[in-house]
Parts: sequence; C-alpha cells; structure tokens
Amino acid sequence: MTMPETGSSIGAAADGEALRPHAEVAFAQELTALAAADDRPRPISWRMSPWAVATYLLGGTLPDGTVITPKYVGPRRIVEVAVTTLATDRALLLLGVPGTAKTWVSEHLAAAVSGDSTLLVQGTAGTPEEAIRYGWNYARLLAHGPSRDALVPSPVMRAMAEGMTARVEELTRIPADVQDTLITILSEKTLPIPELGQEVQAVRGFNLIATANNRDRGVNDLSSALRRRFNTVVLPLPATPDAEVDIVSRRVDQIGRSLDLPAAPEGLEEIRRVVTVFRELREGVSADGRTKLKSPSGTLSTAEAISVVTGGLALAAHFGDGVLRPADMAAGILGAVVRDPAADRVIWQEYLETVVRERDGWKDFYRACREVSV
Amino acid sequence: MTGPFLLGVRHHGPGSARAVRAALDAISPMAVLIEGPPEADDLLSLAGDEAMRPPVALLAHAVDDPGRAAFWPLAEFSPEWVAMRWAVERGVPVRFIDLPAAHSLAIAAEEERAEEADRYALAEAEAEAEAEAEAEADNESARDRECDVAGRGAGHGDVDGGAGPEGSRQPTAVDREAPAEVDVRVDPIAVLAETAGYDDPERWWEDVIEHRGTPAAGHDSAPEGTPEGHDGQSRRDGQGGQDGDDRQQRRRDETLAPFLAVGEAMAALRAMYGHGGHERDGAREAHMRLQLRSARKEFGDGVAVVCGAWHVPALQTKTTISADRALLKGLPKTRTEMTWVPWTHRRLARHSGYGAGIDSPGWYGHLFQSKDRPIERWMTKVAGLLRDEDQPVSSAHVIEAVRLAQTLAAMRGRPLAGLVETTDAVRAVMCDGSDVPLDLIRDRLIMGDVLGQVPDSAPAVPLQRDLARAQRTLRLKPEAWERQLDLDLRKDQDAAKSRLLHRLRLLSVAWGEPAAGRASTGTFRESWRLRWEPELFVRVAEAGVWGTTVLLAATAKAEYRALSATALAEITALAEECLLAELTDALPVVMQALADRAALDSDVGHLAQALPALARSLRYGDVRSTDTGALAGVATGLAERICVGLPPACSGLDADGAAAMRRHVDAVHTAIGLLPTAEELPARWRAVLHRLASQDSVPGVIRGRAARLLLDEGRLEETEAARLMSLALSSAAPPVEAAAWIEGFVGGASGGGLLLVHDERLLGLVDAWLTGVSAEAFTDVLPLLRRTFAAYESTVRRTLGEQIRRGSTTRFSGRPGSGAVTPGLGRGMAGGFDRDFDGGLDQGRADAVLPVLRLLLGVDDSALVGDRG
Repeated sequence: MTMPETGSSIGAAADGEALRPHAEVAFAQELTALAAADDRPRPISWRMSPWAVATYLLGGTLPDGTVITPKYVGPRRIVEVAVTTLATDRALLLLGVPGTAKTWVSEHLAAAVSGDSTLLVQGTAGTPEEAIRYGWNYARLLAHGPSRDALVPSPVMRAMAEGMTARVEELTRIPADVQDTLITILSEKTLPIPELGQEVQAVRGFNLIATANNRDRGVNDLSSALRRRFNTVVLPLPATPDAEVDIVSRRVDQIGRSLDLPAAPEGLEEIRRVVTVFRELREGVSADGRTKLKSPSGTLSTAEAISVVTGGLALAAHFGDGVLRPADMAAGILGAVVRDPAADRVIWQEYLETVVRERDGWKDFYRACREVSV
Repeated sequence: MTGPFLLGVRHHGPGSARAVRAALDAISPMAVLIEGPPEADDLLSLAGDEAMRPPVALLAHAVDDPGRAAFWPLAEFSPEWVAMRWAVERGVPVRFIDLPAAHSLAIAAEEERAEEADRYALAEAEAEAEAEAEAEADNESARDRECDVAGRGAGHGDVDGGAGPEGSRQPTAVDREAPAEVDVRVDPIAVLAETAGYDDPERWWEDVIEHRGTPAAGHDSAPEGTPEGHDGQSRRDGQGGQDGDDRQQRRRDETLAPFLAVGEAMAALRAMYGHGGHERDGAREAHMRLQLRSARKEFGDGVAVVCGAWHVPALQTKTTISADRALLKGLPKTRTEMTWVPWTHRRLARHSGYGAGIDSPGWYGHLFQSKDRPIERWMTKVAGLLRDEDQPVSSAHVIEAVRLAQTLAAMRGRPLAGLVETTDAVRAVMCDGSDVPLDLIRDRLIMGDVLGQVPDSAPAVPLQRDLARAQRTLRLKPEAWERQLDLDLRKDQDAAKSRLLHRLRLLSVAWGEPAAGRASTGTFRESWRLRWEPELFVRVAEAGVWGTTVLLAATAKAEYRALSATALAEITALAEECLLAELTDALPVVMQALADRAALDSDVGHLAQALPALARSLRYGDVRSTDTGALAGVATGLAERICVGLPPACSGLDADGAAAMRRHVDAVHTAIGLLPTAEELPARWRAVLHRLASQDSVPGVIRGRAARLLLDEGRLEETEAARLMSLALSSAAPPVEAAAWIEGFVGGASGGGLLLVHDERLLGLVDAWLTGVSAEAFTDVLPLLRRTFAAYESTVRRTLGEQIRRGSTTRFSGRPGSGAVTPGLGRGMAGGFDRDFDGGLDQGRADAVLPVLRLLLGVDDSALVGDRG
C-alpha cells in the first residue's frame, strides 16, 4: 500500500483527471526543474543524476528557488543506498512491514530515474510467467504463426528493450518457479524467446525495483540465487512518535471522512496513546527507555494503528457520545496485540502491569484495558 | 624544512600514524620526543619487547593512593606507538616530554578536592549508561572551568586526556573525559570541519587526513619497495649528487606537507580562540618547550616531536627559558609509579566507558594494517566472518559490496569509502538489509576483540599495593595457615573486613571462604575461613586489569559480569554479592541488567528462582544499611511479572513440572512476604493464588498448595477451603490428581499435618475420599499419600492415627450402613504409622468389641458424633 506522507501528493491527486495520477505526472514540474538544474554526471539513459534522484525523494530547494517536496520522510541513508544501487546496475529489493511506503518509494524512484513508473508487475499468488516474460496474442498466433508481432511483451520485457526501470510489487507473493524467471533477466540481462529463436537484450539503463513484505518471508521466500541479484534495503517504521502520530491522524482523517464518521475533536490524545503502545511493544522497550518489554507476534505497524483508531472512532460515533475514549480503543488494541492467545496475552498483561499502570494520566486506559482483558 | 620537526597528530588516528611513520622514515631524526609522561621513559624499552602487544596503556598512579590513576591507552595505530616502536627498533633516543604525571595527578587531586561535588555528579553520571546526556552536560560544565581542555583534544580521544585535570580517583571518570572533549564550540576539528562544510567533524578529519594516501607512503611502497630499502636508497641518493638530494628533499617536503598544513590550521584556530589562560595547559606546553630545548641542545636540530596537533603552535612559539620555568614553578607534586597494563579494543571504544574516544578501533586497525585496497580487504574480512557464521556469502557479494560502497562514497562526495559507506553496502548486499548480522560485524570487526599483552618484566600492578594497605588498616594479615574468622557486622571494623573479603571473592581472589558460622542464625554474623596461598598473588595481578583498587576493580568486574551474564539467577546472585561487598556503584548497572533480563525472560520458573535471592538481598541490605531502593523496585517488578505469568504457566504440566512449580509458588510466596515496598502486591499475589486454587487446568498439587497458602494467610474461609477440598476430592476427579491435591494442601512443609489434627472436618474429608478410592486406583495413589504423610513428625502421625481410630470407630457405630468399607487412612498411612495401627481390621470382630468399649469409656454415641461436628 502507499502512504502519502506529504500534503502535496494528496493535493496533486485531486488536481488531475485521474483519481490518482502517476508520480511522473503529479510531480512533472519538480522533475523538469530538477533535470534542468542538474549538472552532475548521469548514468546512461537516466533522466537525472543519482544526486538529483535522491533530492527528488528527500526534498530540498534548487538554486533557482524551486522547492522540491519530500516524497519520503525517513533516513537519508536509505534513499542514498537505494539510488546508488540502481546506479551500480544492481536490482533493488525494498523490504518492510506493510505501511512503510515501499511501493511509494519504488514508484517515485522509477519516475525520477526513467520518467515512467508504469512498467509494473503486481505480484500475487497467481502471477504467471507471462507477466514477467511475454505472452502471446493467440488470434494472431493462430492466424500468422509465431512472430514478434504475435508476441505480447511484459512490462519487464519492455523495460529491457527501452532501458527503463521495471517494478515488481510483492515479489515474495509470486510462486517460486515464476520468481526464478527473473534470475536470467537479472544476471544475463537477456530474455530468450525460444519460440522465435530470438532474444531481447537489455539496453543500458534497464533496472528492476522489487518490493516485498518482510513479514511474509515464509510465503515464497526468495531463493538464494535470486536474492543474490538484489541489493536489499529495509524501509523502517517511522522513527519518531511525532512523525507516526502525524501519519496516523492524517490517514484516520481521510478514512473517517470517506466513512462519514463525525470528526473526533479530542481524539489526538488517544491516537498518541495508540501509537505509543504500538511503538513500545514493537520496539520492546518503553518510551522512556527504562523498561524492556517482550514483543508480541503481531506486526503492530502504522497501518494497524490506523485501523485501530478508525475502529475506535466508529465505536465512539455509533455507540458512544462521539468522543474517542480509552474504552473505545481498548478492544481494538487488544485485538491487534494479542494474535497468539497464550503467549501474547501474557505479554500484554505484563505490559499493562509494568508500564501502563504506572504512567501518569493513563489510569482510564489501564482500567479500560483491564476490563476487556479479563 | 629544517628541524625540529613538529608532527602534529590526531591521537589514535591511523592516517596520522601512517604519516608519522613515513615522516620519520623520510627525516631520520636524531631523537624522537613524544607527548606523554616523562616518568615512563624507563618503560620505553619495553615497547620493543617481543611480548609487548598493543593495545596497551601506560598507567600512572599515586604511590600513596592507587585509586588516583591515569591511563594513556595506545593502540597499534596510535601515532605515538608507531613513533615509539620506530625509535626503539632503530636505537634512536626517544623521550616523553609532557608534564610529569607526578604533577598532573597532584593537580588533579587538588582540583578534585575543590570540586568534590562536581566530581560526584560526574561519577554518578558515568555509572548510568542512560544518563549519557546528563554526563555530557556535566562534562560541559567541567570544560567551562578550563576552556582549553577541549582545545587540547586536537583529536577526539586525546591520549593526554587521562592525565587531565579531571583525572580523578575514578578511572571511569578519567577515561570518560575523552568524549567530553568533543565539543562543538571549542573543538578545533569541529571548527575546521564546519569551515569545510562538514557536519560531522570526525568524518571531515577522516576524509582529509586519515583517508588521504600519504604521498611518501605511496612512493615507498610502489617504486622503491620496503621502507628499509627506501632508507638505504635515499641515503645513497643523497651521496649520489645534487639530483638525488633534490629528490630526497622533495619527498621529505611532500611527507611533511600535511603536518605543516595541520599546524598552520591549528595556529589559525589558536589565534582565534586562544587557550583560555588555564595555567595547566600552559604549564604542559612550557614543559614540552623546555624538554624540546634541551633535546635540541643534546641532539641538534634534527629531532622529531610527535604531539597532539593542537600543541604544535605552542611549541613553535618563541619564549624564554625563564618564562617557561616560571610557569612550572610551584606545581604540586605527588609520588607516582608507572607501568604498562594490557588494554583491549573494547576499552578503547567510546561507549564502553573506558574510552579513548574511538568508535571503531577494529576498523582503524584495519586501515592501518592494510597496505593497499583497504575497502576490498575489509569486505573480504566481512565475508569471511559471515561465512564462519554460516551465512551464504560469495565472492560476487564482495564484488557488489565494494562497488556499492565506492559509488555511495562518490555520491556523497567523499574521496574514499569510509566506515559509513562500507557498512551501508554490507547491509544492503551481504546482510539482506538486516541489522542482525551487522551487529556481529560491528562487534567482531569494527570493534574487534583484541586483547593487549605486556611483558612479565613490567612493574607490578597497583591493586596489590592497595590490597596490602587494606590488610594493614584492617589488621588482617595474609597467613598461610587456615584460620576461622568470625565477624559481627554491627561493628565497623568487622563490616569492613567482610566487605574486603567479599570484594576479593568477586575478583576470584579466594583468600576467604564463607564458612558455616557458630550456631547463630542472626543476619549480622558472618564466618570466614582464611588462608593465603602464594598463588593468590598471581590472582591479584590478574585482577589488576579491572582497576587499581580493590573497590574499583570489584566494581568493574561486577559490572562486566552483569552485562555478560546469561541466566537470570546468575545476575540475582551477583546482586546479592554486590550488596555484601557494598559495591554501590556497580549496583545500578546490575539492577538494570537484571530488569532487562527479567523483562525478556518468558520462563516464570527463572523469574521465580530469581525472586527469593532478591528478597534476601533486601534484608541483607537493611542489615548493612545500604540503599536498596533500586533493588526493591526491581524485585517488585519481578514479582509483578510472576503474578502475570504464573497462572498460564501452571497449566499443562507433568508431575515433575508441577512439583517444580509448586516449589516456585512456595518460594515466591515467602519472598513476596519479605518485600517491603509493595502495598498492592500481596493483594495481587493473593488473587493469583485464588485463581490457581480454583482453576481446573492447574495440576492438583499446585491447586492444593495455593489453597493451603491462602488458608494459612487467613484469606480463605475454612468453609471455602472445605468446599475446595471436597471439589478436588470428588469422585469425578482422577484419584491421582486428588492425591496430588492432598499432597499440595497438607504435605511437605512443617505444620502440614497439624492442620489435619486441628481441623477434623478436613480430616474427615480426606478420610472419606480415601475410603472411596477403588482398589485399583489405590495402588496408584499410595506412593503419593505415603510421601505426604510419611513426612510428618511422629507425634503428628500418632495423633492423626488416634483421631482416625476414634473417628472411624464413631462412624462405624453411628452409621452401620457404611460398615462395608475399611477405614481409609488406616490403610493409606499404614507404612508411615506405628505398628499398632498396622493391618486391616476384621469387621465382625471389631463390631463385637464396640459395646464393651463404649461401656468402659463411658461415652455414648451422641457425644462422639458431636465432637466430630
């Protein structure tokens, strides 16, 4: 899923005709300005230098005064490693738990490097080999026999032929045998078409960005042969509580509006609380850094915090007095934290007793949680 | 450039070290002067010893107070070390020229007295890792007092930091001074870096100096072979004629160029910031100037000086001898001794508390050692390490990692990939983006587990002296024969002896062994068996690495053990030892380790094992009037975790597990009774016991035990206890479970049987259950019952037997209908009971005797039945 972290991206989407325009359309102006101002060496068939790509993602101000909005809020190091990876002609694998802006980053990288983020293969359990290699236009195949005209190229094949950046979403959801078709493409940089006795060789500038959910490792783990073709960058969860609260309240606001939930004026306090609880359990240490905690088996990502708050809002709106209160959140939090009824429940109760109970101003929350926990 | 050659360096900088070596090779000085305490001149020859292996440290300590000490750590890549080795190997005279440690330690002592309070705050801050920020603040205030301290730190981790004004009694405080010098406001490197547009001064220095391939070194290794070869070559060149002379001159200038540049930069900085007029740094530099002057008189101008870059301008200043002498007049002095001690990379590192201020000694060592292609070599090392850990890393990975690191460096505008770039590349290429293997690399390679070594001929460690002093003041002579020592901890002298012995035990110096005391259970008595073996001298010498006094060494060792301990019980035992040895400074570290370990340990058994020792410690702490607030907090936290974790942990246990858990329940119960602070805790614990007593999935023995504990506490109504018992013993319950319940309820601990003696209703329940057990099941429960009842004292057994006899008599006559059943307990307790109670009764014959007995005793049925009700 994508996570728009800046107001402008949301605003831009509303401007155009499309419900959600592609990155290269929405930020066309910034891309042009960057390319114009960029005087550093560019890798072959890149639209701009690696430095400019990093600036595009992280934001900044150009000499001519154009303001580049930050697309990704997070460590600079990560973006630099990602861009450099593409520049060294290695495929890039973005890992992260759901809701860490993997797709978002990959789209913007492709838009900045190749000016086109649409060469996309969506990975699912049913993704066939044709989606990565090529398919056939059967009417034409039957009428005229095998030829290049009857061939339907995949996005990856097109990217190879044109020296562009291809994207593969949710790589680990793709069955292992289909995944492995990528090995030849990434190591030999060629895609043979045995039916025609031909091959498509990748033009310089071709590269591939894949995203995968690292909680899913077990689903279709990458073979080490494939893994070796990628440089891996793990996108972390938001670094500071404030950033996370900001992201959560923004998304909750959007979702709430679409569900016609009444706005909760005093909800920020509770959102902060949910974010704190999730962060503490996720990181295994209390916010003041004094107490270590066990981490439950759930992911407790930002996305889940968002859904807990939305659920709480719905409860408050339909069954309460419209104000988000601890009791509205307690059940949702419990559900998100306790995935494994035996182990997680102990972890949760320990957390309640050792951290929540002592904390100033959390008495209501503690009581509400005790009620639903028993 | 003519001499003297001032080689300004960054302490512990591999680039500086390399440059110094190249410079020394190029200028072949007549003598080498090094910034360091002159008392160590005699020890310099040891630097060339075969058995000497860096990292090592020069240790200076006051003779009359070994706790007052300072360290000068030296790594393989320290420029001072390189210069030392260079000179010793070639027989070139080498001297230390800094202010003598005799003065610096004495000055430190004076200032310390003046700022006792401040020092305390600092030492406090050291003790707590999480209080790092506060420590910084404190350090900053310390710096404000003498604003040139930071300046003196021409590089972070200035070696002379150890002898700095804050070189107080606490080595931790001494060594922590290094980071204190990293101050943005006065740190010259920071100022230079900022000027160059770098936000990180460390990185700027690395880019400009450390990563800079020294031109001379390049010449040496490429066209002219080894430095030795080059030496001979250049001499011949010198004789060869004008051409050769020029070349040599040119190379020499090239080699010295960076030093000139750094010196100029420092001069500019000092012109801008001055040195704050603090007399001590002035004195140090005056001393250096005097020493330089006399060396020039002795050896001519061709002397080389290796010192912190910050001092270079001061050494260039023209002053008169008398002015310098005046600066040195009236400095306090103390008698000092010096020796070499082994050091470790970990202690060189900043965050381990003994820092010389280097984050990455392993990486620096690598940079210094590798002749060429440092990144390629480093990546190969990393790959080797990962392969040893069974990570699949191929040569292709190494190639890609090197490429990524180099491209990253180019993108970030750095001349050469540094540690940051290599680490990023390793993470992305070799570690699948994960930080877990990276921690391993950080630990093994970037830090590097290198232990230094000093020759046996190095002078003895001060710990021995401190011990001897303590032995004198406590009148506790080391004697070779064994003797018993009884201590009364209420007396000061005895308490001090006990502390000393406990501390020595912590340091593995087994002089005294705790012995079972004379019949006394008081917590204020302690008995020891003392025996001094000659090997203990060796033990003391070994313990010398931990510190210079018994207290400091024991503290350091306790902290180390707390951080490296794996089992929870190990740390609680350690906490106990710390209290006994009164290591107040180590206690916070131990407590933090304990809290962390307890939080992550999901085995309630471990927690339960740890709690009693803590509760005990709390009581000991009271006796010894130590502050146990932190301990109580941790103990309460532990107890709370147990309360949460115990009920789920009690279900699905086998017999052995249940027995172990029952012991834990007992131990925790006792321990919670001892905890002083908690008001809510006992209530919480009782709630847990209630839950245990009433939950079906909990094994019988624990259920029974929980019910019993509650009953004894008066928290369970007797009728409720009876209800629970009849529930547990009802016919639907498997007999073995029921027997286990009985064992838990009335078994084991003393007084278990008395309950049955006094409460006939319960006895009746047990009796009724037992008589109802079928013959087959009886064989199964017999061992359990026997274990339960055989543990009773014989009087209890007899009383019980008598009661049963009476009771059963009553019952049989009162309820003839149930006469078909044999008296249960008589059967069950057969093995444990007196002989006269043995064997089954013949129903008919017993019945026949009854009327006569009743007549003889003069009782009637109703009286007996009333008794039982």
